[in-house]
Amino acid sequence: MKEKVIGNRASRLDAVSKVTGKAKYTDDFFEREMLVGKVLRSPHAHALIKHIDVSKAKSLEGVEAVITHEDLPKIKFATAGHPWSLDPNHRDVADRLILTDKARYVGDSIAAVVATDHLTAEKAIKLIEVEYEVLPHVLDAEEAIKPDAPTIHDEKKDNIISSFGQAFGDIEQDFQQADYIMEGVYETSIVQHCHLENHTAYAYKDTDGRIVIVTSTQIPHIVRRVVSQALGLSWGKVRVIKPYIGGGFGNKQDVVIEPLTAAMTLSVNGKPVRYQLSREECFIGTRTRHAIKFYMKTALSKDNRLKAIHIKAFSNNGAYASHGHSIIMSASSKFRPLYHFNSVKVEPKTVYTNLPTAGAMRAYGVPQICFALESHLDDICKKLKLNPIEFRKRNLISLGHVDPLSKIKVRSFGIPECIQKGKELIKWDEKKKSYENQTGEKRRGLGMACFSYFSGTHPVGLELAGARIVMNQDGSIQLQVGATEIGQGSDTAFAQMAAEVLGISMDMVRVISTQDTDIAPFDTGAYASRQTYVSGAAVKKAALEVKDKVLKIASRKTGLKVEDLDIVDKQIVEKDLGTPLCSLEEIAMLSYYDRIHAEPIKSDTSENIRTNAVAYGVTFAEVLVDMVTGKIEVLEIYNVHDSGTIINPSLAEGQVHGGVSMALGYALSEKLMFDEKTGRPLNHNLLDYKLQTILDTPKIGVGFVETYEPTGSFGQKSIGENPAISPAPAIRNAVLDATGVQFNKLPMNPQAVFEKFKDEGLL
Amino acid sequence: MIINGKSYTKKIDPLLRLIDFIRDEAKLKGTKEGCGEGECGACTVIIDGRAVNSCLVLAASVNGKEITTIEGVSQGKLHPIQEAFIEVGAVQCGYCTPGMILSTKALLDKNIDATEEEIKESISGNLCRCTGYQIMIEGIKKAQDKLKKR
Repeated sequence: MKEKVIGNRASRLDAVSKVTGKAKYTDDFFEREMLVGKVLRSPHAHALIKHIDVSKAKSLEGVEAVITHEDLPKIKFATAGHPWSLDPNHRDVADRLILTDKARYVGDSIAAVVATDHLTAEKAIKLIEVEYEVLPHVLDAEEAIKPDAPTIHDEKKDNIISSFGQAFGDIEQDFQQADYIMEGVYETSIVQHCHLENHTAYAYKDTDGRIVIVTSTQIPHIVRRVVSQALGLSWGKVRVIKPYIGGGFGNKQDVVIEPLTAAMTLSVNGKPVRYQLSREECFIGTRTRHAIKFYMKTALSKDNRLKAIHIKAFSNNGAYASHGHSIIMSASSKFRPLYHFNSVKVEPKTVYTNLPTAGAMRAYGVPQICFALESHLDDICKKLKLNPIEFRKRNLISLGHVDPLSKIKVRSFGIPECIQKGKELIKWDEKKKSYENQTGEKRRGLGMACFSYFSGTHPVGLELAGARIVMNQDGSIQLQVGATEIGQGSDTAFAQMAAEVLGISMDMVRVISTQDTDIAPFDTGAYASRQTYVSGAAVKKAALEVKDKVLKIASRKTGLKVEDLDIVDKQIVEKDLGTPLCSLEEIAMLSYYDRIHAEPIKSDTSENIRTNAVAYGVTFAEVLVDMVTGKIEVLEIYNVHDSGTIINPSLAEGQVHGGVSMALGYALSEKLMFDEKTGRPLNHNLLDYKLQTILDTPKIGVGFVETYEPTGSFGQKSIGENPAISPAPAIRNAVLDATGVQFNKLPMNPQAVFEKFKDEGLL
Repeated sequence: MIINGKSYTKKIDPLLRLIDFIRDEAKLKGTKEGCGEGECGACTVIIDGRAVNSCLVLAASVNGKEITTIEGVSQGKLHPIQEAFIEVGAVQCGYCTPGMILSTKALLDKNIDATEEEIKESISGNLCRCTGYQIMIEGIKKAQDKLKKR
C-alpha cells in the first residue's frame, strides 16, 4: 500500500529550530566589525531640499560615511516585487532614488549615516543640516487629482499614476434596461502588515568585489535585480541571501531597504554595514495597504439577477508608485469569476499623495474590493428585502465559466458547497429566526461574504518556478527551491510533494530553506499565493525526473521495464504485483559507485505555468453590538475555503487562522492615522496601532471544501492570502443585520461606530 | 547575572539593554526584537520566575538575577511546551515563538492548572501576526497535559 503524504498533517520542517530559538534570521548573523547604517527622515510631508550640509556629521568621531542623493547614481528605479518585463510598456513605474532629492512624505529618506555603533549614528543624523522649502501637501486621493493640487512627481503632473481600467459587455444598454439600479460608496483605510520582524538587512563586498546582501525578503532574485538597477551594476555583481524571515505579508515583496544597504557598504569600501528599521520606521518607511474608495453602481433585473456593475475607484498610493496600479488591477480582475454580470466596467485611478507608500499586502487589492462589493450586495438585499445567501447563490457563475478579459477558465468550483457548509456551521436559519425584532441595548446579527481569488499572477505576470533535487547515497534527498519560506509553510508542503512522488518518508527530504541567488534555482518568490500552485508544479516535475532516473537504474538492474516499476516506501517494487525488488538505497548507491554507469541522480528544472486556478471561499460571522458603547464583539466566525486539494491541513488551517485574525483587525480596529495639517503619522507603533491581541481574537472556525483543480500539480489551488479577504464585509454585514446601520467605511472601531450611531439618531 | 544557569560577570555600559546583553554579549540569538518598546513581547525572557520584556530592562539592573532565555528551555531534549507547540502547529514564521514559549513557561511554572482566561491573560503581551493565537492556546493546553503527566 502506497503511503499518502499529500493531505497529511506533517509537522513543519523548521518547527524544532524555531521553538528552540536556533532558527537564524537576518539579525542573527555576524560579520566582523559590522558598521551600522541609519537614515535621516523628512519631517515634512512635501518639501524641496534646497541644501544639505553633512560636514558636522562627517566630522563626528566614529562616523565612517554620510551619503545623500548627490553621492549616488541619478537613476530612478522601481521597487515592486514583480518579475522583470521585457516589454517596456509593462514595467513598474521607476520613480525613486535611493535617497531622495525631494521630500514627498513625512519619513522620506533624505540622508544616511554609516557609523561604528547606533548611538554615534543617531548623533550624526542630528548633525545633518537640511534646508527645506516646504510645499503644500495633499493626503486624500480625490483631493490630489484636483487641478489645483500640488504636484508630487514632475513626471505625473496630475498625480495620477494610472487610470487604466477594465471593461466588457454593453454596460450602457444594461443600465438602460435595468429594473433596479443600486448605488453605494465604500471606503477602506490604510493599514499595515505588522510582521513581527522589521525590515532588516546587511551588506558587504566579498573578496571578488561583488556586493553580498543578507536580507529579510520574500523575493531574493528580484532584490538582486532591483539593487543592480538602482546602482547601475551588472546583475551578476550582486548576491542576495535570504535566511529565515519573521513574516512578510507582502511588505517584503518589495525592494525597500536593500538598495540603500548596498549603497551604505559601497560608501565604506565594502565593509559590512547593517541597516535595521525600528518599528516606527517600519510603519512609515516601508509599505502600507492602499486605502481605496469605491463608487459602486449596479443594474439588476426584477428577477433579482445582477446585470451590470460599474465601479469607480480611487486608490491612495502614497508618495511612490511601488506596486501602484497593479493593486487595483488585481482587485478588478479577481472579483470577476464569482457572480455573473453581462457587463462590467471598472474605472480606477491610482493616485500619488504625500503619505507613506502603499504596496502589496496579503490579497493585493482584493480585501478592499471584496469589502465594497459584498457590502454593496447586502445593501441591495436590504433594499429589495432579499435573502443575502439566496441572492448570492442565484447570481453565482458556474463551472466552466471563462472570464471574457483574462480568459481564465473556472475548472473547479466549490463555492456553492462552501456557502452551504458555512451556513450549517453558524446555524444560520435557526439563529436568523431568533434574532428577528431585537430592540435591546445589545443586539445580535449574522452576516456573510464570498470571494474569488487567483493562484498566482498569470496571465498578467510571468509564473516561473525552479526546483532542484539531489539524491544522496541513502536515497534521501536535498530539495532546493527558489520560492521562499516566509512562515506560511511552503517548504513543508514542497517536501510533502517530493516525498509523495518519490515514495519516501518526510524525514528523507531535506529542504534547503535559505535562498542564495548564487545557487538557488530561479523563482520570482513568495507572493500572490503562488507557491503551492506554481512552485509546487516545479517540485513535482523535478521529483518525477528523479523518479524516472531511479527507475531506469532499477530497470537495468532487474530487467523489468521502467513502466512496470514503482517506488513504494523506499523500495523499488513491481507495480502490478507490489513485490519489492530492491531498496531505493541500493539504486542510489549504484548511481554513485557503479564502475560503468555511475551518474548521481539529480534534477534541476523549471516550470513556466501558463494557467491560473480560481480559488473560492466564504466567511460567516455572528456579532453582538452594544448599541450604547458602540462595541462590536464577534461571537462566532467561520471561513470555509475551496482551495482544491489541501496539501497539509494543519498548515492550511494555520493560514486561515492568521488571515482571519488579520482581517478582524482590518474590520474592527486597525487604521494608520495621519495628522491632516502636517501629514505626520499619529499611531506608528504597536501600542497605538490596534492589531489583534489574543484577548481580542474570537474562536475562528475553519472548513475546507476539497475540489480537485485539474491544472494543479496535485489538484491544489491558492490558500495563503485568501483567508484575509472576506471576514471584514461578513462582519460589516452582520452589524447591518444586528443594527440596520450601514457601515461603509473601515474600520468599525468603537469611535467610528459611536459617531455613526449618533449620526443615525440611535444615540 | 546568571543566564540559563551560566554565570556572566562583565563590566558593561550602564545604558546597555538586557536584550543586547543577551544577544551580543552572551551571543544567545534566540531572543528576538520586534519593537524595542515593550509592545510586542518578542524579546520576552524569564527573570526570577517572571516573564519580562528584555528590551525594557537595563542589563545592569538584573545583576545577580537568574534569567532564562529560549536556549535555556530545552535542556538536552525539547521541553513539553516546545513539543506541544510543534505537535499542534502553533509555529509559523517563528519570530514571536521564543517569547510566546517563555511567557507560557513563566505561567505554567507557577500555575500548571491555569484556566483558558489565565492563559490568554498571560500571553496577551505577546503579539503574533501569523497564527491568530488560537492554535497557541491549544498548544498551551496540550503542554499542561504533558507537564501533568510527567
